[in-house]
Amino acid sequence: MSGIPHDHYEPKTKGEKWVESRLPIIGLIYDTLMIPTPKNLNWWWIWGIVLAFCLVLQIATGIVLVMHYTPHVDLAFASVEHIMRDVNGGFMLRYLHANGASLFFVAVYIHIFRGLFYGSYKAPREITWIVGMLIYLCMMGTAFMGYVLPWGQMSFWGATVITGLFGAIPFIGEPIQTWLLGGPAVDNATLNRFFSLHYLLPFVIAGLVIVHIWAFHSTGNNNPTGVDVRKGSKAEAEKDTLPFWPYFVIKDLVGLSIVLVIFWAIVGFMPNYLGHPDNYIEANPLATPAHIVPEWYFLPFYAILRAFTADVWVVQIASFVTGGIVDAKFFGVLAMFGAIAVMALVPWLDTSSVRSGRYRPMFKWWFYLLVIDFFVLMWCGAMPAEPPYSGISLLGATYWFAYFLVILPLLGVLEKPDAMPATIEDDFNAHYPKAAGSDGSAAEATPAE
Amino acid sequence: MMFRTLLIGATLALSPLAALAAGGEGGHIHNVRFSFDGPFGTYDQNQLQRGLQIYTEVCAGCHGLKFVPLRTLSDEGGPGIPEDQVRAYASELAVLDEGANMHLYDAAEGELRALTPNDNFPANDSLGAPDLSLMAKARAGFHGPYGLGINQFLKGIGGPEYIVGILTGYTGEEKVEAGVTLYENTAFPGGWIGMAAPLYGEDVEFADGHSNELHHEAEDVAAFLMWAAEPKLAARKQAGLTGVVFLAILSVLLYLTNKRLWAPVKGKEVL
Repeated sequence: MSGIPHDHYEPKTKGEKWVESRLPIIGLIYDTLMIPTPKNLNWWWIWGIVLAFCLVLQIATGIVLVMHYTPHVDLAFASVEHIMRDVNGGFMLRYLHANGASLFFVAVYIHIFRGLFYGSYKAPREITWIVGMLIYLCMMGTAFMGYVLPWGQMSFWGATVITGLFGAIPFIGEPIQTWLLGGPAVDNATLNRFFSLHYLLPFVIAGLVIVHIWAFHSTGNNNPTGVDVRKGSKAEAEKDTLPFWPYFVIKDLVGLSIVLVIFWAIVGFMPNYLGHPDNYIEANPLATPAHIVPEWYFLPFYAILRAFTADVWVVQIASFVTGGIVDAKFFGVLAMFGAIAVMALVPWLDTSSVRSGRYRPMFKWWFYLLVIDFFVLMWCGAMPAEPPYSGISLLGATYWFAYFLVILPLLGVLEKPDAMPATIEDDFNAHYPKAAGSDGSAAEATPAE
Repeated sequence: MMFRTLLIGATLALSPLAALAAGGEGGHIHNVRFSFDGPFGTYDQNQLQRGLQIYTEVCAGCHGLKFVPLRTLSDEGGPGIPEDQVRAYASELAVLDEGANMHLYDAAEGELRALTPNDNFPANDSLGAPDLSLMAKARAGFHGPYGLGINQFLKGIGGPEYIVGILTGYTGEEKVEAGVTLYENTAFPGGWIGMAAPLYGEDVEFADGHSNELHHEAEDVAAFLMWAAEPKLAARKQAGLTGVVFLAILSVLLYLTNKRLWAPVKGKEVL
């Protein structure tokens, strides 16, 4: 599967040959698990496994929750309380599912920023990156619709605000909004279709995850140096890599296990910390909450949405040029989706030929600033849309776009990269000096299966 | 305490994510030490029983508790009231809101039947007062600093504290606005609340002679409402502790396995 030379599965017994000649599934599993993986991967590379775990956790807990949940505006809230009080272990299922969504987003954001720092999006991994962005979009859709299902106040008003964004599109916005809601306002039809799609999208995500893995198994993993694995011969490749099983499976499980200690502590001891108290109030279309706040993982983009108000000169120019078609509301929507779009297009916006941020002395600082910017935007998204938060949001949103549209294209030209190790083996041996002497034997000591 | 500190440290890394604990300009809420605070805290059965008494004699006049099944009053870790007493208690409850309890209509007798332990507490929105089933989780007492919600790591989310704050926060001032009487309350966002002070101290007589000063009553009823909102708290914390211990052991074993697995590759001594 991968372009890196390595041993392939050879059926030995009669039974294996019988299966393999009809369906080469053992070979597929073998090649997937034994893929040569750069041996210098650091701990930032464990989050893929955490994400896979999250998807399984969400689907497993979700399927059981559905057995006890009722998607109807009059019954949904009560059915969630039924799960919390009457269903055996129901409170754990629901808290695991609700906090599982948060873990999912913690993991995906670290995974994305890891990719941004180490240049994992660069050639030849553009398709891996794009598929990853599609997974992220599906996750956001799934999480948003899932948050509507308990039919609390934030469910209802969050759904009203977010579907209202589509209403901001000129001319066709209102029909689109009505079509999404299944009526003029958020009501039973909305709840039912969100329930249906909330059940569907995770399986779309599962499909995309397979494509995502297939794509990077074809190119091979990136690594902290960004230097390619030597592919001249099997012997050469084995100096740079180790098989995924057992080396990285066990390492990833260490990471996953430690992450789960924290996750389980949150579920057990403070399961409502990441939720909003207002969602324990049943939805009431007649009472608008004082502040409508999305879940934490949407806050940075929510801040960007709200940053572009009518008094910002860019918005005024856009409005003037388009004859008022692009008003502040629509501009905000464009900015929010644009913020994700520029991230998806980063393989073509970053002009530097050096992959890893480790060897890019200027890039590093701009990247760290982007991470800080992300958290600042998250904080602003939770605050009321008034000074000083509106000003900080605008500054943060501006930096977000500047990073992708101005800084990355320019850095590739202006920056003089640091010296890089010639091979992954050199990088690994620099960390583990003792490994250098016994390197050949260590690689050969690797079990073949 | 040590464990709590570790938990706080480990989860503090996530704290900026909790910026959503919004809701800003609330009134002033004091932290209260409840028996159910912290990772090991559980409900105080006597306190819940006193709280139930206050709820029944005072709160239930205007509020309902429609999501709470009466039978759970005898649950372990809750008020722990014997089943026969729960049956007696249920049969004496008035069904105030007929519309919300249609299944209580006995067609054979042509009248509403009495409540049984299998029913929920009656709903009550005769005066438009909010249902209290989830009140202790539907309010946050602590938001800061700077809206980051870090306080909640140390003090909890503050729902029961908010209830204590409201019940003890009346200044005695009142005003009439658009024909509605509003009462000044230091804990209520905006400072003026529609509910008249429900407790003044010595509102109920406890059988065990426990203090019925205002702040004791307020804490008792807040504890009861926390139980009503989160009846499985003890089981949840137990599951949390078991899970954390087992996952921590698993982490150590996996870490050692990983170390040994990689030792030859890194040119280190095998353990």
